[in-house]
Amino acid sequence: MDFARSLALTAPEILLSVSGLVLLMVAGWGGDKASRLISIAAVAVLTACAFLTAPTLWGQAMGAEVSAFGGQHRADTFAAFAKLLIYASAGVTLIIAQPFFDKARAMRAEFPLLVLFASLGMGMMVSAGDLLALYIGLELNSLASYVLASSLRTDERSAESGLKYFVLGSLASGILLFGMSLTYGFTGTTSFAGINAALAGGLPTGATFGLIFMLAGLAFKISAAPFHMWTPDVYEGAPTPVTTFFATASKVAALGLLMRVAFEAFGGQAQAWQQVVIFMALLSIVIGALGAIGQNNIKRLMAYSSINNVGFILIGLATATRAGASAMLVYIAIYVAMSVAGFVAVLLLRDENGEQVEAISDLAGLSKTRPWIALAMASVMFSLAGIPPLFGFWGKFVVFQAAVQADMIVLAAIGIAASVIGAFYYLKVVKVMYFDEPADVVKGAGETSHTVLLVLSTLAISPLGYLGTKCVGTLANYAAAALFPVG
Amino acid sequence: MIGIEHYLVVSSILFVLGVLGIFLNRKNVIIILMAIELILLSVNLNLVAFSAFLHDLVGQVFAMFVLTVAAGEAAIGLAILVIYFRGRGTIAVDDVNRMKG
Repeated sequence: MDFARSLALTAPEILLSVSGLVLLMVAGWGGDKASRLISIAAVAVLTACAFLTAPTLWGQAMGAEVSAFGGQHRADTFAAFAKLLIYASAGVTLIIAQPFFDKARAMRAEFPLLVLFASLGMGMMVSAGDLLALYIGLELNSLASYVLASSLRTDERSAESGLKYFVLGSLASGILLFGMSLTYGFTGTTSFAGINAALAGGLPTGATFGLIFMLAGLAFKISAAPFHMWTPDVYEGAPTPVTTFFATASKVAALGLLMRVAFEAFGGQAQAWQQVVIFMALLSIVIGALGAIGQNNIKRLMAYSSINNVGFILIGLATATRAGASAMLVYIAIYVAMSVAGFVAVLLLRDENGEQVEAISDLAGLSKTRPWIALAMASVMFSLAGIPPLFGFWGKFVVFQAAVQADMIVLAAIGIAASVIGAFYYLKVVKVMYFDEPADVVKGAGETSHTVLLVLSTLAISPLGYLGTKCVGTLANYAAAALFPVG
Repeated sequence: MIGIEHYLVVSSILFVLGVLGIFLNRKNVIIILMAIELILLSVNLNLVAFSAFLHDLVGQVFAMFVLTVAAGEAAIGLAILVIYFRGRGTIAVDDVNRMKG
């Protein structure tokens, strides 16, 4: 593989890193006054990267001809699908962050840069073909994310969430890394294809330990139970635009990475990790549903809801089939739209002093004072609960369909039963907004850009979203095909 | 003769000490940073031992990357700790409790 070809295949990453460094110079000289300019430039760079990535997905590029730098980096359809979601989420984060931080008088020039570098790391994670590339991408993403979480320096909760995210995130990286070192030692290689080939004859005990440690580390990153405990605190404490970023882009990248590792590196030993994944899936669904019940903070509620949704996505992984992988990708895409709609709706809720309203009890009677925000929030809640005709139902449907096709009817049945528990707290929010006496707390006016994004994302999860099922389904099939070359 | 299993035992002990250091320590966040470094060092020991055992250089290259990232991670951890201390005036682990539930 010649060097120029490798560089061409990594064009989005190169563009992101070079423009990130150039903008860092702009930030260095221009200071915080330049933050608006840098944000606009960063959104432009992300758009350009999306245009560079998209042809890969449409062209169904996969296999050896799109692997760069000796297999370290793969620019295949799977990476392209995940990267498009990541770049879109990062762009949305930048657009909603500018007015948010301007209002708090805390906009810093480095904020858009950190989002750019985190997106770069996420892009490397989902294209990784080797444990080394995986680790570098993961750390680039994590280190930027720790700083993003604590970026509202004057807010004690933001600093605390950054600290908690840092400690538990580093622990997760350490566990993952320990697993990777064992896997390397017992297979003699760090490339995913090499690991799969080395394990073709069976799984030695040492490699089993490696696999379990790696799964545990990745479960931390996707906030699956029993490694979910950081999620509610970090989601609550981080500034809301950053929480949006964590719930969308970070989740896509970590799930993409988990799929790469599970299907490519350990694809031949699926029966070794299926049981673990089924356990994590069911536990996440139950803990996400039960934990959310007593919450009064809407961001905390969304955090438990994300744990719950990760459980459903893991059901797709547990099937270990191509249909399951495709269903996961469809679910992830829909989940990104739901999260964006939910968090932008939260951003639009401000009291008379312009402070953020986060308590669910303060949403009482929102349908009378702010009917459109209430309608959007209600759509998000129904969609997250998977109630038809909203689009969230489609994600759950394809995942359960894949589980049934893979003869995991019991798993699908338990999952459907558990999703009913989840519906309880989603409906509670709707009840507070529509049937309680107005608390009259939400007064402030919202930003135009926030309203536009809310309308767009709510339309995407509304029944109109079904117009896109064919398109999303086809693209997810292309992407899943890259993980399963034969069959 | 010291074989690969001795290295594995030592690195596993270091790893467990690091994890316990994070969970059992109730005093000081700085100790958590040290425990994280301990975990990364145990991984490095593993990687270098395997690299020598397998006569394969990848493990040593990997260890170099881990060292570099560990330095960046410590720097960011201390920076976040400084911000946290400015706001709260304490870095005791038991006081990191503004959010519960």
